[in-house]
Amino acid sequence: MARILVGVKRVIDYAVKIRVKPDKTGVVTDGVKHSMNPFDEIAVEEAVRLKEKKIASEIIAVSCGPAQSQDVIRTALAMGVDKGIHVEVSGKEYETLQPIHVSKILAKIAQNEKCDMVILGKQAIDDDANQTAQMTAAVLDWPQAVFASKIEKGENEITVTREIDGGLETIKCKLPAVISADLRLNEPRYATLPNIMKAKKKPITKTTPKDLGVDVAPRIKIVSVEDPPVRQAGVILPDVDALVAKLKEGGHVP
Amino acid sequence: MMIKYAVTLSRISVVENVFFQTRRYSSTSKRSLSKDQYNVKRGNFKALEPQHIQFFRDLLGETRILTGVNNLDKYNEDWYGFAKGESSLVVKPKTTDEVSAILSYCNKNLLAVCPQGGNTSVVASGVPVFDEVILSMELMNKIHKIDDVSGVVIFDAGCVLENLNNAVSEKGLIVPLDLGAKGNCQLGGNLSTNAGGLRLIRYGNLHGNVLGVEAVKADGEIINCLRTFKKDNTGYHLKHLFIGSEGTLGVITKIALQCPPHPKSKNIAFLGLESYDKVLKTFKKAKFDLGETLSAVEVLDRESVILTEEKLALRSPIGEYPFYLIIETSGSNEQYDSEKMDKFLEISLKENLILNGVASSEPSKIKNIWEIRERTAEALRHDGYVFCYDFSVPLQHFYTLVDLMKTHMGSKSHRVFGFGHLGDSNLHLQVSVREHTKEIQNMIEPFVFEKVREINGSISSEHGMGFLKAKYLDISNHQSATKLMRVLKNVMDPNGILNPYKVIPY
Repeated sequence: MARILVGVKRVIDYAVKIRVKPDKTGVVTDGVKHSMNPFDEIAVEEAVRLKEKKIASEIIAVSCGPAQSQDVIRTALAMGVDKGIHVEVSGKEYETLQPIHVSKILAKIAQNEKCDMVILGKQAIDDDANQTAQMTAAVLDWPQAVFASKIEKGENEITVTREIDGGLETIKCKLPAVISADLRLNEPRYATLPNIMKAKKKPITKTTPKDLGVDVAPRIKIVSVEDPPVRQAGVILPDVDALVAKLKEGGHVP
Repeated sequence: MMIKYAVTLSRISVVENVFFQTRRYSSTSKRSLSKDQYNVKRGNFKALEPQHIQFFRDLLGETRILTGVNNLDKYNEDWYGFAKGESSLVVKPKTTDEVSAILSYCNKNLLAVCPQGGNTSVVASGVPVFDEVILSMELMNKIHKIDDVSGVVIFDAGCVLENLNNAVSEKGLIVPLDLGAKGNCQLGGNLSTNAGGLRLIRYGNLHGNVLGVEAVKADGEIINCLRTFKKDNTGYHLKHLFIGSEGTLGVITKIALQCPPHPKSKNIAFLGLESYDKVLKTFKKAKFDLGETLSAVEVLDRESVILTEEKLALRSPIGEYPFYLIIETSGSNEQYDSEKMDKFLEISLKENLILNGVASSEPSKIKNIWEIRERTAEALRHDGYVFCYDFSVPLQHFYTLVDLMKTHMGSKSHRVFGFGHLGDSNLHLQVSVREHTKEIQNMIEPFVFEKVREINGSISSEHGMGFLKAKYLDISNHQSATKLMRVLKNVMDPNGILNPYKVIPY
């Protein structure tokens, strides 16, 4: 039976209004509600379902970040994950942590934990990078099946339906493999109270990038973070003639 | 940011503006007119003539009046499908002076007026019965002042609740009122019906939170009670005349509202329980254990949750249980509040008060859980014809009333269910039938109102009396009170032009 590694990232909750810092170095995170990245929730749900089908024997959730990242690990444990690993990265180091670093960390843990499947969210809703799964597969030299909307396990292989621009693509790949979860893969469960209580007793191991032999020195520099341009308000016009005149005036029609 | 937005849309059935999104109007609407369905006799008012329309055209301009009965279904019909009028004129003022001019003219010319906010009333308060001039407040939507020190906010009555809440939250405040219709309902309408909503247990009702109002009497006189102090004992508290009187004594044009600070932390629990007795015990425990942080306690029965799942695909996150509670806390200390909630839930689970549940402090999950309760009204619209009732009843009788109606209706109903604001003893009893018939209506009313009276309840908790309940006012009120209401109405509106056929028995 497979051992599955899932990545869980702590991001600003998607129902929160994002505010850019006045100095444009990033977004305001202090006093802002965070939660598990929605795509990572889908990854966790899929791993738990595979365990419920007796396809997986153990699930390990990993999160890289400050102390508060343990919150999302606890959520994963309450959803049905067996144990958590918190890779402590804080302060400036965390601000400049990039997918290349995370993929090396995940690859190292996957090897240490003898995992044969890594399931990640296809992207995080904060940086929208969509790189970690692909890079993790490259570092491990494992096959990858990204943007998965369906996963079926066979004998030492998996069949994955992928969401691509042209529709759906079905691929087969050998295990071990790296999978990234797309939106339609499943509907994540809520962690129920009895499971939240049980999760408090499940272990979370702490480690650091240094312990794992990963250098997290930044490779790129964020120059500026800006709000999208504000959409101009519309105007109500009395009749069609006024509309045509307005369109001509704006150069929208000849 | 694009992906973030995509996630939001795909994973959540967006609650904002559900009222608007699900409205279906057509100029060929088959719905029967209220006057025929309820056998109402028209008041002694003048019919609209071309010179009247010309007056309004001159006053407001071409773009702020709508004419022709066939174009006005959106204004003539209520959202639930309970009532339909046949007005052929909608006027849309932008200022108090314009409201004054409109009412003054209508009063002199004996033209009946139906003030209308977001048209989300459950008792048809905001739609005409005959051909009343519809006074739509939708363009009176300016926010004049937000004082983030005192928390006093001054705004026009046509402000949409959700828009106002978004504006004040930018200043670290919250509107002390929240309801499922927030995307469409207007504050003027909320005041006119003294709407209660989901967080009354925490912030109290509008009589307490409204510091002052500006209103226009039937004769066009502007009454300025727009005070901004919590304490002001200079004579009669006239603002209270306009709060809860459903536009029958005057039209509210401006409001001064006390807005509390936006809570820094919020926690929610969605719980499954095996009996109504356990619901009461859990509620009592929540009051004691969660104390000052408790901001909402809502109860739903199994049928309510099945309905939202069937009609809107909003599933219970914990499966099926006879009863559900939504308990929300809000406060200023995240760690303290979370620990309090966790402890309460842990003990409730151990003591077998609750069978299962989910809890969260994440805004997205809080929003998802609230949808199950907030969108029940939307689900109702897809369930045949629904008789909606809104009662204040002693808590021990809260659910016996639902069971009583199930027995009383037998096979005549499609489903009978109840949900509501347990925190303030407010039951929303719903009787769903395949289609409306006089026979079924007579079977339910006044039977249900008399049963409420027997248990010392009120037949209108927060929806008001409107048109649909007006004739039953005496069931809940002492005759002396109704008599005084009539006296008051005659003093404030001697010609009876303001929202006729509403509140007081017609």
